[in-house]
Amino acid sequence: MRGQYALVGMAESAVGVVPDKSPRELCVEVTLNAIKDAGLTLTDCDGLITCNAFAEPILYHAEAVAEYLGWQPRHCVTVNTGGGTTFMAINMAVAAIAAGMADTIVVAMADSLRSFMTRDQAMVVQSSSGHPHYEQPYGPTVPAYYALIARAHMDRFGTTEAQFAEAAVSCRAWAHQHPNAQKRELITVDDVLQSRPIADPLKVLDCSLVSDGGAAVVITRRERAQEGPHQPIYVLGYGEGHAYEHISQAKDLTTSAAVLAGDAAYAAAGLTPDQIDLMQLYDCFTPALLIQLEDLGFCRKGEGGDFLASGVTRPGGSKPLNTHGGMLSHCHPGNPGAMFGLTEAMLQMRGDAQARQLANIQTALCHAQGGIMSSHATLILGVEATL
Amino acid sequence: MSRPTPNPTPTEQPFYDACQRGELQLQHCNDCQHVLFYPRTHCDACQGDSLSWRPASGKGVIATYTVVRRGVSADFPAPYIIALIDLAEGPRMMSQIIDAEPEALSSGLPVMIDFESWSDTITLPVFRLATGQTP
Repeated sequence: MRGQYALVGMAESAVGVVPDKSPRELCVEVTLNAIKDAGLTLTDCDGLITCNAFAEPILYHAEAVAEYLGWQPRHCVTVNTGGGTTFMAINMAVAAIAAGMADTIVVAMADSLRSFMTRDQAMVVQSSSGHPHYEQPYGPTVPAYYALIARAHMDRFGTTEAQFAEAAVSCRAWAHQHPNAQKRELITVDDVLQSRPIADPLKVLDCSLVSDGGAAVVITRRERAQEGPHQPIYVLGYGEGHAYEHISQAKDLTTSAAVLAGDAAYAAAGLTPDQIDLMQLYDCFTPALLIQLEDLGFCRKGEGGDFLASGVTRPGGSKPLNTHGGMLSHCHPGNPGAMFGLTEAMLQMRGDAQARQLANIQTALCHAQGGIMSSHATLILGVEATL
Repeated sequence: MSRPTPNPTPTEQPFYDACQRGELQLQHCNDCQHVLFYPRTHCDACQGDSLSWRPASGKGVIATYTVVRRGVSADFPAPYIIALIDLAEGPRMMSQIIDAEPEALSSGLPVMIDFESWSDTITLPVFRLATGQTP
């Protein structure tokens, strides 16, 4: 499968506060724009994969988006694996093409947690991922679930709140260079430490944003990929890891199934962590990012704090991470959040990342997770030269 | 108050009936001796379906915890403490730690079960710091 399928088109909507379009309309917009970016028309595409929107739930979401466009794709399916949806959907697109169910598939996602829900609604709907009988009655918030993991990492490895804060500082430094990022003003470790307490040890600047926005990509066979206006970005490897659904059922609070997802993706790609030029990880909360750096092999277990504090992930560093600013600073519209890690990787590999463009990005690792570090998906991408 | 309140299935009912009496009961697997939580129809270690309810000690230690500073809804006035408790019998349980100062908390501290009414028919386990005494 390595190198046989490629991402040939991409689109991002405006992100942050986007009150003028509903989630469905944002999804339609990025679907059409991604197809256009690929140099294709709707009739060239025969598959659509979407995820549902918290702010506008639709029973048959992908079908509703296709219907809105007057499109009858051969393959049409809605994926629902929380934050991990993005890369699981990419893998399902690859699998569907391999199985002959479609030739060219659009993966499109959008939600509007900011403008089409109240903050309280957004909070309640997200924390509803907790077990209805054995977690939710106690009032845990999503930040509280991640705070449990953060505390466990601090207890076991001596990780500090300042080291978690480094993740937020690094992402913000990248967002500072991104014209569309929701939060662009530079912050310091002290700013993070002094920000409003949410669920100890997490402060508000340790938490990702609440945003509107959507993004889409177009994926097709290698043979068809050569025809487009942009250089194709190839799928080199993919892997998943699933450990549990509810955090109270986790066997290990400080090592996640990202290890399994990463190992499978590296094996498929024939690459090792030191051969990855760009990391686009899932920064819903700063501890999640730190633990992924360890679990995906970019540093040793327990050394994520030192790795972040060394500054290598910031602009100018040797290990660029979340160069769009991540969900901590660029945007986080819920399930579509990791789409922007993917589209940013495509921009960097195409050489279209403007002020934040890095030199010679040939490989990128994109990681997403659903639940409370529950299910994981790792996607490794490469340019033509890596095939 | 309208905190989320469980609507037990028949499988779960013995757990909630025990809580209503002020007792913690856990399922034990008759095939592999694994102790389960949450209640299930099948053992999550060996998948066997021969399970027995037995009283548990109510003792545990804090595996990890957080002080929630922004409550999930108006029904949960902050601050409150959410913790994962490692029960003496083995399973891990999410709960609240009540009547404790945040500064007094740390992982590894012993806790003891208590029970709090959530509705007319539902009582849930909560925990208190054991403060060195064995009740």
